[in-house]
Parts: sequence; structure tokens; C-alpha cells
Amino acid sequence: MTVLAIRNLAKAYGGVQAVRDVSFVVAAGELLAMIGPNGAGKTTCFNMLNGQVTPDAGSVEFEGRSLLGLTPRQIWRLGVGRTFQITATFGSMTVRENVQMALLSHHRRLWSLTALATRSYADDADALLARVGMREQADRPCAVLAYGDLKRVELAVALANRPRLLLMDEPTAGMAPRERNELMQLAAELARSGGIAVLFTEHDMDVVFTHADRVIVLSGGELIAAGRPDAVRADARVREVYLGTGDA
Amino acid sequence: MLEVSGLDAAYGRARILFDVSFEAHAGQVAVLLGRNGAGKSTTLKCIIGLVRPRSGEIRFDGRPIQHLQPYQIARLGVGYVPEDRRIFTDLTVMENLEIGRQPPREGAPRWTPAKLFELFPNLGRMQDRLGARMSGGEQQMLTIARTLMGNPRAILLDEPSEGLAPVIVEQMARTIRELKAQGLTVLLCEQNLHFARLVADRAYVIEKGQLRRSGTLDEVREEYQQV
Amino acid sequence: MGSVPFFFMSASSILIQFLNGLASASSLFLVAAGLSLIFGVTRIVNFAHGSLFMLGMYLAVALAPMLGFWWSVPLAALAVAAFGALVEATLLRRLYAAPELLQLLATFALVLVIKDFTLWAWGPEDLLGPRAPGMDGAVRIAGLRYPEYDLFLIGFGPLVLGALWFLLRRTRWGTLVRAATQDREMAGALGVNQRWLFTSVFALGALLAGLGGAVQIPREPATLFIDLQIISDAFVVVVVGGLGSIPGAFLAALLIAEIKSFCIGLGYSKITLVVEFIVMAVVLVIRPWGLLGRMPAQSRGPGTVELPLAFPTRKALAALGGMAMMLALVPLLSAGYTLVLLTDILVFALFAVSLHFIMGPGGLHSFGHAAYFGLGAYGAGLLLLKGGLPMELALALAPLLAVCGALVFGWFCVRLSGVYLAMLTLAFAQITWSVMFQWDAFTGGSNGLIGIWPSSWLSSKTAYYYLTLATCVGAIALLWRVLHAPFGYALRAGRDSPLRADAIGIDVRAQQWAAFVFAGLFAGLAGALFAFSKGSISPEALAVPRSVDGLVMVLLGGIQTLTGPVWGAALLTWLQDAVSRGIDYWRAVMGAIVLVLVLVFPQGVTGFLRERFAR
Repeated sequence: MTVLAIRNLAKAYGGVQAVRDVSFVVAAGELLAMIGPNGAGKTTCFNMLNGQVTPDAGSVEFEGRSLLGLTPRQIWRLGVGRTFQITATFGSMTVRENVQMALLSHHRRLWSLTALATRSYADDADALLARVGMREQADRPCAVLAYGDLKRVELAVALANRPRLLLMDEPTAGMAPRERNELMQLAAELARSGGIAVLFTEHDMDVVFTHADRVIVLSGGELIAAGRPDAVRADARVREVYLGTGDA
Repeated sequence: MLEVSGLDAAYGRARILFDVSFEAHAGQVAVLLGRNGAGKSTTLKCIIGLVRPRSGEIRFDGRPIQHLQPYQIARLGVGYVPEDRRIFTDLTVMENLEIGRQPPREGAPRWTPAKLFELFPNLGRMQDRLGARMSGGEQQMLTIARTLMGNPRAILLDEPSEGLAPVIVEQMARTIRELKAQGLTVLLCEQNLHFARLVADRAYVIEKGQLRRSGTLDEVREEYQQV
Repeated sequence: MGSVPFFFMSASSILIQFLNGLASASSLFLVAAGLSLIFGVTRIVNFAHGSLFMLGMYLAVALAPMLGFWWSVPLAALAVAAFGALVEATLLRRLYAAPELLQLLATFALVLVIKDFTLWAWGPEDLLGPRAPGMDGAVRIAGLRYPEYDLFLIGFGPLVLGALWFLLRRTRWGTLVRAATQDREMAGALGVNQRWLFTSVFALGALLAGLGGAVQIPREPATLFIDLQIISDAFVVVVVGGLGSIPGAFLAALLIAEIKSFCIGLGYSKITLVVEFIVMAVVLVIRPWGLLGRMPAQSRGPGTVELPLAFPTRKALAALGGMAMMLALVPLLSAGYTLVLLTDILVFALFAVSLHFIMGPGGLHSFGHAAYFGLGAYGAGLLLLKGGLPMELALALAPLLAVCGALVFGWFCVRLSGVYLAMLTLAFAQITWSVMFQWDAFTGGSNGLIGIWPSSWLSSKTAYYYLTLATCVGAIALLWRVLHAPFGYALRAGRDSPLRADAIGIDVRAQQWAAFVFAGLFAGLAGALFAFSKGSISPEALAVPRSVDGLVMVLLGGIQTLTGPVWGAALLTWLQDAVSRGIDYWRAVMGAIVLVLVLVFPQGVTGFLRERFAR
């Protein structure tokens, strides 16, 4: 089932065509990796999906509904979760409170002046934290967590809204090899068990070729290859512009 | 050339480094291997003076430098290339190089913009371009070129391969070998084993702020993969 | 002169007003450019920049009789530059690593010290400067006489703009300055000696401010009020032009000066501020970072890590309750001055807690919170005296005036952050102050309003004390409780990570706006209580120093503690009471105290104590 459908997306900045005529789809339960050299248009593409950049042309449809013109807040409410390249969490709150904030927002209780924030949806938050293996650290302040653990908290926060689509920008940047694999394994499990579509950008080719179900390659703003990891890895053009020959 | 002994460092109350000692020999490439948060970047920042160590000694060419200001250390001939490039995006390529310019130095290769453009042909084609309008790979080249303008004798590189496409990473490895051939001492932080293997003469594995192992890359490899 | 509709002005008088505007713009541009330059490199918004302007004026006036006008101007500017270099090297240099707020506070302390120094050196009277020899005549322009000196000023601004452009774009020093503006730490790691660079930049900025003041002396007298007036004008210019942009400062100085000139020329001098405000509002809505400004880069360096806000333990709640009980028993022991002082302390505790509400958890650094305090106070006075309402009703409704102010100002403020926000809040407060100060017929002008007494059942000190105690304790408890509600948490979420907050559906701006209004309401309540406790109200109640008092209280107590602002308010109110009664130059003493506190306790006193005894 197609969750996200991108058609003929285009964007120019000051005369430079950052993205041109990019189309692809992501299906439920699928991990799709978007790769390509720096300046290929990955970030621009990503930001057009989450409402931070408005495309010049093309369409972005989530479950058949256009996302164009919506703010990041509205897009989140529709059921699109995100993680950031550099983790963004609330540093002055505990791990549990971070998830509680997402739950409070999901239940539209942010404006309450009378409830006690720390007692709202605490059990739900713990359940989510258990799913990402962070239940034991629920009471620790986010500011003191290890980097890999922060990434897990972000996943739990993203799950609070029961998303059908998860956008992950460079999910494993700055992590050691083992951590990378554990995190992506977790993402894959969550996606498959919950039928969540996952779109991620990634620089680590080991991660991409181990965990992605499909890969799309951008270069110079255009989609130059798409398909199963093995096929993409063997693609001559992809090797030329991005993967390299393997010998330096 | 560069000796670090008993280095301790902390941010506020959080201790980052515990009794770290290692050295980088003249004209060689030493690699600090470790995962994110292991203390690699902090080590480099201590050497260049951006982080003041709590205790320990750092010697450059036999002279203790741990009490000096960053600009004084840079002027002794230590070049620093930060992890996140930190290009001056409001300045052109030529102006960025101008910031790094220092007088020529005994016993160090002497760099001019013209010579740097031979090493990084891309930069030569965009001399008046603003840093903000360059791609990540180009910025990575510029940040190294800018540091070389100070005619350093030793250069500290913080994860130069991070965030770069594999083809650019290969280019980066060639550049580092070229610098070594010119007689520069190189100290490199890395988590990418593939890249480290292309350049390292000696490697140190660092974990949770402590040095675990040292040796050739093949000797420390297993240790690192278990980290 | 009555007001004249624009289309009745003759072409020649339009031209003259236009030229007047150009002449005034030059001096304004110099100040704003210096402010921008200093901020660019040191990341410090120099609140004392208007004071440097004032020093330049007084020095030039003092030197002119000895050296002649044309020598006194550059020498005054150089003297101010030397003073600036001294201040940078001895004081500011120690603060570059300190939190932004403390830096602002330190430069504000300088304002107080310089003001009292000027008072001590030159006395309270306005000083008239000499005319410029050789340029004291007038020329005929379109049939009207126009001063030669003003023509000189018209050319002077662009000349300085050109010189600054050359310096910044064509010299190595300028390239270094631009690099350091972006990333000073990296510039240092590349071998750039920052100390020298910072001192030279600060000296240049001070030179520009001093020069701006010195060239003004043939046009206007040197007064002790000019420092805050100039700094708030300069803030408006910098906000409109874009912080860090020198051409932006020039453009905005022209715009603001022309507006003033035409308002005055048309006889609407009293609405100048309102027009200025509207222009600024329009610019900010269309271009939030100013005409030529850009979105500020994320500041570098390790951010302060805060601990989660724990709900007070049972013990702590009991202790606080016990304290309130003890306060309730005080009238049994003493009925005299202690009650007056305690009433003040309670009022300012509420004021400080309401400021902390937006500053701490909200991260909105307001430098103009006194505006809401003052609006509440004036609201009470006006409702009672002009509205003829009974005191109880006036007290209850007065905070609504503060709410109105906070609704309007807050709408703009939450669109900005960091130093922009600080500057804008200060400018708004200064505008509010000017309105109260100038509107003689309605607000009593500089004399203020008198005869604002409570109803007879509250007229005894003890009765009013109980009213204040009950109201303030209740209001503070309410503010604290809201911080632990989802609303307060969402506010903190927006401060910790606006990116993440937005991505989980939190409308950060709306919540901040609401918090701003909420804080305004309680500051207004404190103001109203204050007005009835004193029986009178003057523009001082909402002047800039009162805003700074609030900041000092919050910072003194430690911004990331819950009860800190209360302790800070108690300490500062008591201190001010003790100091201002015994000493002539109490402002300078206050300034010195603040400087010492900032240098010794960069984390606030409670923060310091916690750090000290935590182990």
C-alpha cells in the first residue's frame, strides 16, 4: 500500500535547480533509503516533504492527501513522524517527559493549565519507551544521555502520534558501527510490525545496503537510479558519481 | 613532534578525558579511533587550546603548549581542521584563505593560494564564491586549504570523512597522503575504519575518554570493532 | 504651532524637513553602526552605547572652550574610544563566555555608572554646546534659510558609511572582523589574536558613538536623559535595519530620522513615537530580521544544560507555606516601616516571578517588563481618578491595561528571539514610558498621578499589607502551578528545542504569546498594588531602570530555579531601600553592585549556592 507518493517534484534556489522532476513512492512497512553526493538535493527534497520548503512544482501526497502548503505542525498531526540529523530533544526534561510532551500534543492537551504534566500519560510514555528499549532510563534527564540513546528517544517521541510515515534525516550520523546497526534494526522492526513507511537519508553505505528495502539515488537534483540495494550498488552511473571504485 | 601525556579534561562537572597519552611522530599519520562521544574531538580541542585541560601535558616540538591561547598555538605551527568544517560562509574562498594566512615557517611546507589550488583544483575555479554557496565536499577542501595557509608543521583533522560521499572520501585520503609526503605531521580522528586504513601509520583506540590500545591499524582493529 | 495636513505644506518646507531628517540621520547612523559592529564581533549588545554617545556630547562641550569646536569633536570621540577600550579590556573581556543575559546586564550596569559619573562631573543642568565656527551661518535653499552645519552633517553620514565599507571589505583587519563575526573561536584557532581584535572593534564602536554625540552639540544640548533615549532609538534602527548590517543601519537611520522630522514639521511631534512604532511593526512583519538583516546563526559554544524542573517536594511546599504563615504574623510584632518594606518586597516578588515566568521557562529575555508593571499602576490610577471607579474595581481591572499592552507588544516579541527580543522589549518599554511622560493632560506627564489611595477599610498599613500578602502569595502560587501544567511544559519545550516542539505539533509562538500576556497580567497586578501602596504613580514606575531591577532580581536568584526570583526580589528591594536612603549617587552604587554580582556569581546567587553545596 502506498503511503507517500512524490510526483515530479522541482525546486530552484536563485537560478540553481536544486531538485528537478523527482518522483518516487514509499509503501507501508518499507524502508526506503535516499542517497547521493552532497548538494544532490536530498536535504531540499526532504524539507519539501515535511513542510519546511515549498516546491516550485510537483505533488507530495500522504495517504492520498496533498501535504503542500501545510506547516510542519499540521503534517505531524496527519501522522508523519520525524527524527533529525542532529538530535532535537528537550534537554531540560527527563526521557519520559519528552515522550509525554508528544502524547500531550497528540491528545491536544498542551493548553491545559490545571493538569500536572508529569502525571499525564505516564504509562503510555513508558510503554513507548519500552518499545525502543529505553524504559530503564525513563527518569534520566535527556541532557545527559548517550547519543545513541537520544536517537532512541526520538524514535519513541515519533511513535507517540501513531505515525504511518517516518522521515529520518541521517539517522545514524555520528554513531559507532554497532550502534548504527542496532538503531536501524529497531527502526526496521518498528516499521514492519506497525506497517510504518520509513524514508531515510544516509551516508553510511553499510547501513543503506544492510537495512534498506529499496534505494533511490539523487545526483545534481535528479533521480538517477532506484531499486533494490544490489541493483543500485551495481549501477555504473551510481558508482561513478557517488559510490566510487573502491580503490583510492 | 606532538606528545600528549596524562591528559584530563572536563566540561563543567562531566569528565570527558581520563589520563590520555599518545604521540604523533614527525611526518607520520596518527589516527585516534573511537565512536561518537569517546573524547576524540575533545582531545584535538585540548591540543589547539579551545578546551583547557584539567591536567596533563601537551608538547609540540618539545615545548609545552597546554597553557597557551589557541592563536598562540596556531602560530607555533599547529593547524586545526574542525569536525563541522566551520567555513566562514559570509566570506569568499580567497577571503577564507586570507584568514588562515600566517608568515612562512622554518621546516614546514610553504603554501600559497596558487599552490593550494593545485592540490584542490575545484577551489581554484571558485575563488570568489561565498562559502555559503559551496557543497559539503568543497567546504571540506576549503577548510583544509585554509588551515594550510598558516604553513603548519602539524595538522589536526577531526573526522574529515564525515558526511562525505564515498568518492570524495577517496579523494580526501589521497590529499592526506600527499600532505604526509610533504613532511607534515598529521593527527586524525576517525570512526570510519575504511578511511583510517587508507592513511594511518599508527592508530590509537579511545573509548569513554580512555585510551584502550595503540599499535598499527591492523593491531588495533579488533579492539575498535568491539567498542 | 498647530498641526498642518501634509498637502498644505509648501514644497520648500517639505524639502527643508527632508534635509532636517537627513542631518539627524547621520548622528543616529553613527551610533547604530557602532552598536552593530560591536555586536557582530563580541556578540554583546552594548546597552551602554547611548551612554558613550552622551559622554561624547559632554566631553565635546567641555573641551570646546579650550580647544575650539573642530578640535573638540575628534578629541572627544578619541577619548570615548579610549574609554571603550578600557571597559572592554577590564570588564567585558571577562564576560565573553558568560550567558548572554549577564552580558546585557553588565553593560546596563555601566549605563548607571556612566550616568552618575556624568552627573557628578557636569551637574544636572542641560549644557549648551558652541556653534561650529565657519559653519554657523545659513544658506538659502528654495527660498528658506537652512543651517550650513546641517548640510555638513548630511554629507558626514555617507562619508562614514564609505569609510566603514572600505575598512571592512578592503583591509585585512576588516576581513578578520567579518570572520570573527561569524565564528570567533575558529578565527582564533587559525592564529587570529582575538583579544586585540575585540578591543579594537569595541574601541571603534565607542569612537563612532562618541563621534555621533560630539557632532550633535551645535544642534541640541547635552542632557542626562539622552543616553536611554539614544539607545532605544539605536535599537529601533538596528532592529529595523538588521542587526550586523552597516548599510542596513544607514537605511534605517534615514527612515527613522525622516519620520521624526516630518512628524515634527507637521506639528504632530507627540505622535512621533507612535508612527515610529508602526513603521517598526510593519518592517518586522514583512522582514523579521530587518530590512537588510539575515536570520541570526545559531550561537556556538556549549549551551547551559538545565536540570528537569522537579515538582516541589512535600517538605519544600510545607516550608513555603510556613513562610507565608510567618509573613502573616509579622503585623502582630511590628506595624511601622517593616510593613512598608515587606509590602514592597511582596509586590516586587510578584513582579520578578512574572518576569521569570517568561524568561526562565519561556526563554524570552524581556528587557522591558516594567512596561506592564507601569501600565498596571497607571491603569489603577487612571481608573480611580479619571474613571471614577471604586478602588476595589480599579485594582481588579487595572491589570487588563497591562494585558492589552502585552497582547500588542508580545505579538511582535514572540516573532524574535535572543538579543533582538531584548532590544525590542526595551524599545517598547521606552515608548510606553515616553507616552506616559509626555501626555501631560492625561497621565500627568513627568509629575505623574497623585491621590491614588485605597478604600478606607484598606487604608491602614496592616490592612493593605494583608491584601498585598494574600494577592501576591496567591498569584505567585498560581504562576508556579501553571509551570507544572502541560502549558508550562510546552513553554519549556519551545525554549529547549523549537525545532522538535514544532515537529510534535506544539505551536511555539502561540504558547509564548499567551505566556507573555499571562506574565503581563501579573506584572500589571503588581503595578496596581504598588500604585495603591504609594498613593501616587510617576513615569519612573515603568522606566527602563525598573525593567532592569526585574532582571537583576531574577538573575540574582538564579534564572533556572523556581523560588530564586522571590529571594532576588527580597534582596534587591531591601538593598535599594538601604542604599538609596543613605547615598547620593545610588545609581552608580547599584551599577557597581550589579557588576560585582555578575563577575562573581555568573550563575546567580542561588545557582552559586547550589553548585557550592551540591557535593
